[in-house]
Amino acid sequence: MEATAEDFITVRGLEKTYAGERPVPALLRVDLAVEEGTFLGIMGQSGSGKSTLLAVLGAICHPTAGDVRIDGIDVYALSNERRADFRRAYLGFVFQSFNLVPYLTALENVTVPLTVARMPFAQKRRRAMDLLDRVGLADRATHLPSQLSGGEQERVAIARALVNDPLLLLADEPTGSLDTATGQEIMGLLTELNAEGLTIVMVTHNPANLDYFHRAVGLRDGRVECEQTLDPVTPAVGPVLTDRDPDSQRPLPA
Amino acid sequence: MNLRGIAFRNLRRRKARAAFLVVSMLVGIATVVALLTVTRALTAQAQDEMDRFGANILVTPKTDSVALNYGGVDIGGVSVGARDMPEADVARIRTIKNEETLATVSPVLLGPADANGRQVLLMGARPDAIFELKSWWSVSGRPLAGDDEAVVGFRAARRLGLRMGDPVRIGRHELIVTGILRHTGSQDDDLLVITLPVAQDVLDRPGRVTLVEIAALCAMCPVEEVVRQIGGAVPDAKVTAMQQVVESRMHALDQLRTLGYAMAGVVIAIEALVVFITMMGSVSARTTEIGVFRAVGFRRTHVVMLVLTEAMLASALAGALGYLAGMGAGYAVIPFVGDAAARIAWSPLVAGIALGLALTVGTLATIYPALRASRLDPTDALRAL
Repeated sequence: MEATAEDFITVRGLEKTYAGERPVPALLRVDLAVEEGTFLGIMGQSGSGKSTLLAVLGAICHPTAGDVRIDGIDVYALSNERRADFRRAYLGFVFQSFNLVPYLTALENVTVPLTVARMPFAQKRRRAMDLLDRVGLADRATHLPSQLSGGEQERVAIARALVNDPLLLLADEPTGSLDTATGQEIMGLLTELNAEGLTIVMVTHNPANLDYFHRAVGLRDGRVECEQTLDPVTPAVGPVLTDRDPDSQRPLPA
Repeated sequence: MNLRGIAFRNLRRRKARAAFLVVSMLVGIATVVALLTVTRALTAQAQDEMDRFGANILVTPKTDSVALNYGGVDIGGVSVGARDMPEADVARIRTIKNEETLATVSPVLLGPADANGRQVLLMGARPDAIFELKSWWSVSGRPLAGDDEAVVGFRAARRLGLRMGDPVRIGRHELIVTGILRHTGSQDDDLLVITLPVAQDVLDRPGRVTLVEIAALCAMCPVEEVVRQIGGAVPDAKVTAMQQVVESRMHALDQLRTLGYAMAGVVIAIEALVVFITMMGSVSARTTEIGVFRAVGFRRTHVVMLVLTEAMLASALAGALGYLAGMGAGYAVIPFVGDAAARIAWSPLVAGIALGLALTVGTLATIYPALRASRLDPTDALRAL
């Protein structure tokens, strides 16, 4: 797809080669343009480069060549520390294996991204509680991850990804370790969030998830092999989480 | 929740690792505290004992000596000046600025006298001061207590045929022998010790003394300074520091301290190594977690602060517990290495040193692991991505 001025994510000539005795090319001249509010699926077999693409989009993996612009910001032109600020201001991550901090309660896990934010403690706590309530876990706020089921942990991870009010949610196989019913619940939740205006890029290898995407990109051997525009299911929309003016650019935290 | 909260919860959750970290530091701090307190107690004891060992300052009448020789042949010399000094000088010695350093001031009058018809070396002294100063004197019977009593040296007693309870006539005074000095092998064996007023009367030198022996506690100021001050207080007297005694005292204390510090240094180095290895292990075990922190927007400095805060919390706890454990160890050890006079003292300074040392060592030993954690690539940390 050709990039336009209105695109929220623009990827041009992206290449990534992992250094080593035998360098491993992971991405080869990837171009991508994603409009704001899109629910994009990245699909492909193991080793196709989909997780690397997600990491590069997530500003945590420096590409070998090419550039990535999110909301007009050239992400890899930022210094290392400013890139951390960018992640805190713009992005939310949902990891495949949840990656909750094992010694923190569900509520504390949700507040982790706000730890270094300049915000009153009560406000952090209130926001985290609201999100736990939104994902249906208000009564599990004081439980440790080890006391939660896989689906509940995934919901906590989603609440954590939303607590900083991100513009882009990056999800890596969020249903990969869940049973079918729980996986569908999580996909329903993500679809709701997308319907409220949140742009989501999700890596998956499960074809059943195609039903939820606006677009799907297929990767093979680090190249975009195919792209498909889809007609996703439309969920009932819950309370709107973001009230962003689409023309404004979010400032990075000081 | 802030970084401190995360660090605290990590320590609380990983109890075994936290306990190992705290205990390893605690042992080091406790060892240092025990060494410091025991060394301080032994130093104080040694100082006390050495101060009791005898005089380290001698005040004598000022004399001018003139060496006589002729054609390179030494034919002796003459001393010109007073043979004694006023007893009032003793009170003036007590007026010096560092008076608190003067542990014992003992005026003495010496002179030959006739006792039971035989010549002896008479020593007039203040009973409390002379027996405190000459702590090596061992008396059969009891020390001098009043003007009608005498204590006789070992050889003098034999020569005069005196035993305890015997009367001895000196001039117009009839005294009772209350004690006999055990053999010392020194000139003290020839003495007949009586009180200063009686000696002044017998020797017909009222209000005069031959010399003043002083034991000065020199921990607070150099003995040379005390000598200078006494010289100013009694300008007509000659004040001499017995340098050898002072130097050997200081040397002994220095050796004790050096040994303590060297041992403490070794223990602290081992402690730092243990903290370093433990924190490196902790960072390696938390790779994923640190990757999550970085991915959600923690800066490298935030990760450094997080790891350092964790080490500092453990260090503070180890410092406080280490101080208490070290004091306990000090109390347990001191009976075996010191005598009954040695006392362990609770000291805010040592508590401060324990806490400061624990925090410093804990922080310094964690700097590299913290930097390493901050340099972890979030992509490597999150292998799932």
